[in-house]
Amino acid sequence: MAKSGDEIVVEDPAAPASDSPAVTSNRAADVAVSLLLLAFAGLLGFDNWRTGMGWDATGPQAGYFPFYLSVILAAASLWGLAKEFLVRGQASGTFVTREQLRRVLQVFVPTLLFCLFTQWLGLYVASFLLIAGFMVFVGRIAVWKSLLTAFLFSLIMFVTFEIAFDVLMPKGPLESLFGR
Amino acid sequence: MEAFGLLVYGFSVLLTWKILALMMVGLVLGIFVGVLPGLGGPNGVAILLPLTFTMDPTSAIVMLSCIYWGALFGGAITSILFNIPGEAWSVATTFDGYPMAQQGKAAEALTAAFTSSFIGSLVAVLLITFLAPGIASFALRFGPPEFFAVYLLTFCSFVGLGREEKHKTIISMALGLLLAGVGMDTVSGQLRMTFGLDELLRGINFLVAVIGLFGISEILLTMEERLALRGHAASISLRTVLKVWKEMPRYWVTLLRSSAIGCWLGITPGGAIAASFMGYNLAKRFAKDKDSFGKGRIEGVFAPETAAHASGTSALLPMLALGIPGSGTAAILLGGLMVWGLNPGPLLFVEHKGFVWGLIASMYLGNVVGLVLVLTTVPLFAAILRVPFSAIAPMIVVSCAIGAYAIQNAMFDIWLMLLFGVVGYVFKKIGIPLAPFTLALVLGNRAEDSFRLSMIGAGGDMRVFWSNGLVGSITTLALILLFWPLLAGGLARLRGGLVNDRKGSAA
Repeated sequence: MAKSGDEIVVEDPAAPASDSPAVTSNRAADVAVSLLLLAFAGLLGFDNWRTGMGWDATGPQAGYFPFYLSVILAAASLWGLAKEFLVRGQASGTFVTREQLRRVLQVFVPTLLFCLFTQWLGLYVASFLLIAGFMVFVGRIAVWKSLLTAFLFSLIMFVTFEIAFDVLMPKGPLESLFGR
Repeated sequence: MEAFGLLVYGFSVLLTWKILALMMVGLVLGIFVGVLPGLGGPNGVAILLPLTFTMDPTSAIVMLSCIYWGALFGGAITSILFNIPGEAWSVATTFDGYPMAQQGKAAEALTAAFTSSFIGSLVAVLLITFLAPGIASFALRFGPPEFFAVYLLTFCSFVGLGREEKHKTIISMALGLLLAGVGMDTVSGQLRMTFGLDELLRGINFLVAVIGLFGISEILLTMEERLALRGHAASISLRTVLKVWKEMPRYWVTLLRSSAIGCWLGITPGGAIAASFMGYNLAKRFAKDKDSFGKGRIEGVFAPETAAHASGTSALLPMLALGIPGSGTAAILLGGLMVWGLNPGPLLFVEHKGFVWGLIASMYLGNVVGLVLVLTTVPLFAAILRVPFSAIAPMIVVSCAIGAYAIQNAMFDIWLMLLFGVVGYVFKKIGIPLAPFTLALVLGNRAEDSFRLSMIGAGGDMRVFWSNGLVGSITTLALILLFWPLLAGGLARLRGGLVNDRKGSAA
């Protein structure tokens, strides 16, 4: 039978507060995305028109199919914009609160740095730095645990991909020290 | 029975130590991925795909599909013990599964979930075994116009039947089709939409986009929420398993109904998530005491789980037979087929018998082994949730980056993945569905090619799409599905109008 007494409890001390003020509303985000998509559709539409969106002796030209897709994308974006302005009176939900945005940036910025570091130091060193840094500074986990976890994970990845499965990753100065 | 003989052949392909070992690895990884917050079926398959790049196609597909079965099983663990649905289709499982766990019946709920998942998959695999070869050999007669009509049908049914706002589905799909066209045009060899960037010559890789859209964006979204969790630990004893199995035959109607719903919606593109809710709601509607649903009734676990697995499995039917995936995960597997150098479509059944029947046989074996595995190892996997998310999140980011880079050995792809991560985050928040995008991106080139080949064949005459009964009816059906919401609205108004008229004349 199930031992219903045991509970698994995981706390989240850095959780975003629920009463944090909103940064933007869903409507603002919706309008911004629609405008961006409209611009994107315009850009692609123009490029395909330049490539050739008509017909020639062999059938439709290279730009034909994507040109009409850009038109469809533009039309759907306009439809979305029109809809937003028609239902103006109604309240719209919160897109993201300040606290939530802080948390999202807490993971997005390290990821961005990780990608940069991968270019210079190779993927495995960058992976060690990302995991250790994230666990120490964001997760507030003991330093030795974080360093150990990061080292083991990077090592396991290295063994799995580089050695066992022959999938090669970008490498930097550290790996070249070991002659790989 | 021709199918039966081929199935035996499939098992013979499968029964080597190497493939069996890969199967176990796949299942364990899959359950792991299914249990972890912020990951799930499509993400897990997309991230782990690079592991298979150097394998032969049969080993690769067996391992990947086992990751998928494992993830489906794993999703049920968190739904029942923690009230956290790992996937959209496990939401319905929490309705009765979590109350059961609260009443100390977690083991029963888990056994019920795993067993009914198994039954759902089994029905769907039987369907695939006996139906897919027939459909494939029928589709061998398809020419470009027929194929374009089928692609059109797929896209239109997403727009017409999807629950999202129509313009958002269209945006998602048009964007996917456009991005699929970036790079060198396959028919004329011309470059398009590259804007002089060398990196875009290769085109935008489908898997890179998927890893970003599902993996990275999911991490961003998960971080937004409160990550504290509280749930029940459970282990399953043999006695509980036997007790639940003994009760099971009583619910055969529910099981059968949910399997049928699951199979139907799984084959229909865009229907996978709806299946579990529909299974649950129908079980509730047909029950004598409706009020006991939502309070920990075992039938409320059977119904959605059977339907979810039946649809998840049968989504592979159109992928195998026609090269058209029925779900996001099936789309990723299709992307895998292309990486391994196979050409998806009906010819697969002729040219790569070992691959197809090995996969089908692995569906049987994978589900049996998976069932035994989850029943025996639940406590281990539930304990994974004790690992703090701040340790898991960066590991997932690293795995995503490895996956994105490995596909074409390009650093540019890691940046592209990050960009798609942000796009996926924003799209999910404002309700632009990602599944149509995924499907459009993977099918885009083939849809365009078949359109242009039909146009070249017919000398630019659009009537080629109504040139014979088959292609005509598929095209017409596609257009009906596209405008279905309008048609349904119109019919309802017409009927309402008639009723009102009658009322008017009676008064």
